Amino acid sequence: MILENLSQLISDISTQPLFYLFSFVIIASAMCVVSLKNIFHSALFLILTLFAVAGIYILLHAEFLAVVQVLIYVGAVSVLIIFAIMLTSRLASKKIEQSNEQVTLGLFICVLFLLASVGSLTYTAWNTVDLPMIEHNILTIGKLLMTRYVLPFEVVSVVLLAALIGAVVLAREEKA
Amino acid sequence: MLQYLALSAILFAIGIFGVLTRRNAVGILMSLELMFNAANINLVVFNRFVGPDNLTGQIFALFVVVVAAAEAVVGLAIVLLLYRNWRGIDIDRINIMKW
Repeated sequence: MILENLSQLISDISTQPLFYLFSFVIIASAMCVVSLKNIFHSALFLILTLFAVAGIYILLHAEFLAVVQVLIYVGAVSVLIIFAIMLTSRLASKKIEQSNEQVTLGLFICVLFLLASVGSLTYTAWNTVDLPMIEHNILTIGKLLMTRYVLPFEVVSVVLLAALIGAVVLAREEKA
Repeated sequence: MLQYLALSAILFAIGIFGVLTRRNAVGILMSLELMFNAANINLVVFNRFVGPDNLTGQIFALFVVVVAAAEAVVGLAIVLLLYRNWRGIDIDRINIMKW
């Protein structure tokens, strides 16, 4: 209910300034993620990026996905990453060089990718439709997951189980 | 719609840059999360502007989130294992699988 009110509020006011705010936050903090020397600070900026991506989801009327983003990414994955940084802190927290010598080449490749993708998406004629989004997003997602997408739903649970077992087996202390 | 797609392209390019230039394995995993998020934004944008009468894009974005979480778990377990065996997670030094 709160979410529906929130999205109603957002669609009432103009979304354009909010979009620019969120994308500024996303781009600036993502650049901090890939370029800061202290890896712990980049993890904190990663959390900020993920929050702003959740805001973009709300602008696109994907409220359930925004909540999932905050719960799983901001709540779980970033805590996991911070744990890993803490556990490997002897090398990670020191101000050692965090980038390798391929910075120029990497910059070149990513600018090339950016030019290619932005160019192709401006020259493509998208057949967009101007319909409103489905009402009761969460209800529809739940129904679809239990009917049409029930097989991927079950497969993804097996994937999670495999990841769980794999992580436990990998990270377990070997008793010699 | 184009602005959202451009945003996700920029985010993906930043992720590529991070993957290519980070030396720390955890940094590479964080850049991978950025790229997953860019792909997810794309899915949701196409759901909103191309097919708003169904929710296929959002459901696939959900599956991407789940797979990204599984990837992060296994990747960080591998990072911990590397740290335990090599006393470091510098990707440049981990080359025993190099032929």
